Amino acid sequence: MTEALTHTDFKSDIKPVWCPGCGDFGVVNALTKALAKMELRPENVAVVSGIGCSSRIPAYTTCYGFHGVHGRALAAGTGLKIARPDLTVIVTGGDGDGYSIGGNHFLHACRRNVDMTYIVMDNRVYGMTKGQASPTTEPDWDSKLSPDGTGLREFHPMVIALSAGANFIARAFTGDPNGLADVIVQAVRHPGFSFIEVLSPCVTFRPEQRDWKKIVKPDAVKPTSDIARAARRMLRDTGFDLGVLYAGTRSPYSPRGPRAQRDVRELEARFAL
Amino acid sequence: MKRKLPRTVEQFMAYACAMEVEATERYAELAEQMDTHHNREVAELFAKLARIEGKHRDQIMRQMGWTTPPATSSFRWETPEGPETTDYGDLHYLMTPYHALKLAQHNERRAAEFFEHFAAAKLPAAVRESAAEMAADEREHVRLIEEWLAKLPEPEPGWDEDPDPPAGAD
Amino acid sequence: MSPYNSAAMQETERPGVGTRPRHSSVSIALVGSGGAGVMTAGNMLLEAAAHAGYYALMTRSSGPQIRGGEAAAMIRISCVPIDCMDDHFHILAAVDWDNVHRFGAEIPLGPDSLIVGDPDQGEPHEVFTRSGAAQAKVPLKKMAKAIPEGRPNMLLLGFAATLVGLPDDSVSRAVEKSLSKRPAALAPSLAAVAAGREAAAAVERKYMLAAAPPGRVASRWLLTGNEAAGYGAIKGGVRFVAAYPITPATELLEWMSPALAEVGGTLVQAEDELASINMAIGGSYGGVPSLTATSGPGLALMVESLGLAVASETPVVVIDVMRVGPSTGIPTKSEQGDLNIALYGLHGDAPHLVLAPNSVADCLRTTQWAVQLAESLQAPAIVLSDQFFGQTRAVIDEPVELGIGTGPARLIAEANAPDFKRYAATPSGVSPMAIPGTAGVTYTADGLEHGERGTPSSQGTDHLAQLDKRRAKLELADYGVHWADVEGEGDLAILTFGSCTGIVREGLARARVDGVRTRLVSMRLLSPAQPARLAAALAGVKRILVIEQNHTGQFFRHLRAEYDLPGTMTSLHRPGAMQFNPGDIHRHLIEWSRA
Repeated sequence: MTEALTHTDFKSDIKPVWCPGCGDFGVVNALTKALAKMELRPENVAVVSGIGCSSRIPAYTTCYGFHGVHGRALAAGTGLKIARPDLTVIVTGGDGDGYSIGGNHFLHACRRNVDMTYIVMDNRVYGMTKGQASPTTEPDWDSKLSPDGTGLREFHPMVIALSAGANFIARAFTGDPNGLADVIVQAVRHPGFSFIEVLSPCVTFRPEQRDWKKIVKPDAVKPTSDIARAARRMLRDTGFDLGVLYAGTRSPYSPRGPRAQRDVRELEARFAL
Repeated sequence: MKRKLPRTVEQFMAYACAMEVEATERYAELAEQMDTHHNREVAELFAKLARIEGKHRDQIMRQMGWTTPPATSSFRWETPEGPETTDYGDLHYLMTPYHALKLAQHNERRAAEFFEHFAAAKLPAAVRESAAEMAADEREHVRLIEEWLAKLPEPEPGWDEDPDPPAGAD
Repeated sequence: MSPYNSAAMQETERPGVGTRPRHSSVSIALVGSGGAGVMTAGNMLLEAAAHAGYYALMTRSSGPQIRGGEAAAMIRISCVPIDCMDDHFHILAAVDWDNVHRFGAEIPLGPDSLIVGDPDQGEPHEVFTRSGAAQAKVPLKKMAKAIPEGRPNMLLLGFAATLVGLPDDSVSRAVEKSLSKRPAALAPSLAAVAAGREAAAAVERKYMLAAAPPGRVASRWLLTGNEAAGYGAIKGGVRFVAAYPITPATELLEWMSPALAEVGGTLVQAEDELASINMAIGGSYGGVPSLTATSGPGLALMVESLGLAVASETPVVVIDVMRVGPSTGIPTKSEQGDLNIALYGLHGDAPHLVLAPNSVADCLRTTQWAVQLAESLQAPAIVLSDQFFGQTRAVIDEPVELGIGTGPARLIAEANAPDFKRYAATPSGVSPMAIPGTAGVTYTADGLEHGERGTPSSQGTDHLAQLDKRRAKLELADYGVHWADVEGEGDLAILTFGSCTGIVREGLARARVDGVRTRLVSMRLLSPAQPARLAAALAGVKRILVIEQNHTGQFFRHLRAEYDLPGTMTSLHRPGAMQFNPGDIHRHLIEWSRA
């Protein structure tokens, strides 16, 4: 009889290269705990990522991993899940990978509502390329590439996710790995496209984010399945309110129309005179 | 999710064990992080702390006759993580042993307070007694850490300055 | 006897029918605008020819309007299998002449041709009349009005069918089949067809087809190259397709969508080409042979991710139905201009497979082969089809089985294989791939350079080892007999690929009648290069002519770069939207062989 797996069974031997202090360590901790809690097996879970510090995460687990190109993790995860609906597919990446180059795929992943979970480790900066503004960076944040700031209003991923059709939306914080583990369990178990925006400090390029733990707080409002309520909640969102915002009732994506398992040669009838 | 207050010594010691298990794992992980970043002194210090906490864990298990640590999935700390667990976010790759010990001191103090809270709570006498014992142990750990700390110089200003700029990878 | 005769009259006559000559190939163009329905009539003519036992091809051309624009349906009917259009059209029949002269270059006529037009629609444009073709005036609109719900295009159908001698029943059958969903239109259409036949009976000039070739009509197929490629993909094992529409590949994807559902597969529509290639790679990573289809602009977007397939050793097939480039180019016209990007478009050193079918029928076989190769070599394969193949409807013989695999071709890692290394060095260069769901052999596939286990590495030694592995697995593979068609003998040789092949073959056949002997090598496998095989095919050759349809001679330059070929090499190339015809090749060969 196989012993129950613990979170250490989901953690690989490969030592993360993230800076000590990085929030992403909390995500590995939380993800491995969540997978163990759900009694999944590593071989039945696939972690798909793009490019960036947080996208290194697949190899730090013992699951099947796919480390693809910048911005396209949701597409790869979508293809994988539709071709292999039996797998648990977790897509991971950062705010640059997901909201900038990946923005279009983010919109359509929410809309398509394939049953998978998307975890974005948002540190409001491009860390891997050494400190440029990302879509969630504050408008006045000074950087070499955008001196005096971009001047652009931040991207609001949870609002976009809500309007584009994501079926489960939450915000969590890496400083609370156990809380994040709970949210991941809920997200994976919730049918359809589940999106978790995880505040994950970058201590190297945004050292002030070490103070996030003093600012974050659980949102007082319970999760809702009412989009309008969720939208109103978003109107007063501080960006640091933690919790599940929305758990909707859309049916997850499934291929439409009748399906069969006919022999391939039967297709030749379409060409017969 | 609120935790259930332990009604028996067994339940209480399960909490205590969980705390040690989490602390041990965390120190070991932090040791690896510091090792990857070539901060050998602090890596060794965290590894030592991991061993120490491991001994505490083993001690509790021996005392209770457990061969494996009890399952802790139903526990919820009131803080994000266990009282003795170092927050990942408190690290710096250039931190000195002094910083590491300050974190350990903080952990041990919180652990002591955690147990003192139980010792004073409306719980069966046996549980309160165990709690008081554990609290005393933790206070002793605090003292030891502080002795250790006293031997170390305070970090100089500029301890976190690195003349090299950050490197990129992907 | 050569399967191809000159476009002029065939010499032999059918006994007992008098001296009216018979044609082994007739070409008809139907034109009109504003909802005239020439495409519909053209399709019916094609199907009538098919039902009468002939081989046939139909291509189309139209103005930029989505509906109501000027349109041309071009049909070639033949007694032998054909892979290209002829030099000129025997019949140009017009419902009207509005802007139809834009098709002037595509519908060349000769003094032996016949222009059929409605006198009430004005005169045919000078671009057609200067050919010296005869003219027949038929008051189509008036005649159609005389038939309740009669339409001029159906009159033209009957007219044209009679001019070439297609039997009544095959025409009726085609009309019935086409209108099976609109039974009310059947009677008026058949009546119009009959009226057209009657009007044609009086025309002096006719282009009667020779007897239909032997062989059961039931053993023939009618399909486009896009459909053939889609079926070939499924035959090869594809069960997941990610699709983004683009002319002229859209119909391939649309054909595959219900077809996949029939055999347990799935097609998903993606938001852009970046998504479709990555979805296909994701599906393939999951163990399901996957594919997408696009055209030049889409392929350009996909190249980064094709590199991911190379680096992570994930099989995937991309069918590029080439159109005129660069940039958004001419979406509705064919060109062989994506060879460069297919061969060289990936950044870094990224060996991969590039294949090119060389006939509509071959779209099936080459796509099937591409899937099998991609799967067994764990690499991406680009299949260079083109708009000509993709959108040409062809009557072909049912393809023979060629021994290309249909089953799973991937080398799979076994569960719990000890010390599993996904990217381990092996003698063949192919290392077993762990499929998600398999215990004990989990790994992370990576586009970053990596060591044998897949862990990212910046070490030069790991990079070299993996580069060698990825190159070796392609170079060491045995590509068997499908790599090229090698025909003919002599010390002259033509090298070509794709849709030029049919044109070259027919031109060569005509030149053979004039005593020119050349070899022909039509390459299906363009990458990896096949130096040994090509050297063997060209042993003893003194002069080589490379023929292709693009502006810069991409194939010529590629051959010069990758191969040490014997003798001297010259290039004959022409950009897209300016198709070669067999006559062009014939004339060029005469000159070239004498030079």
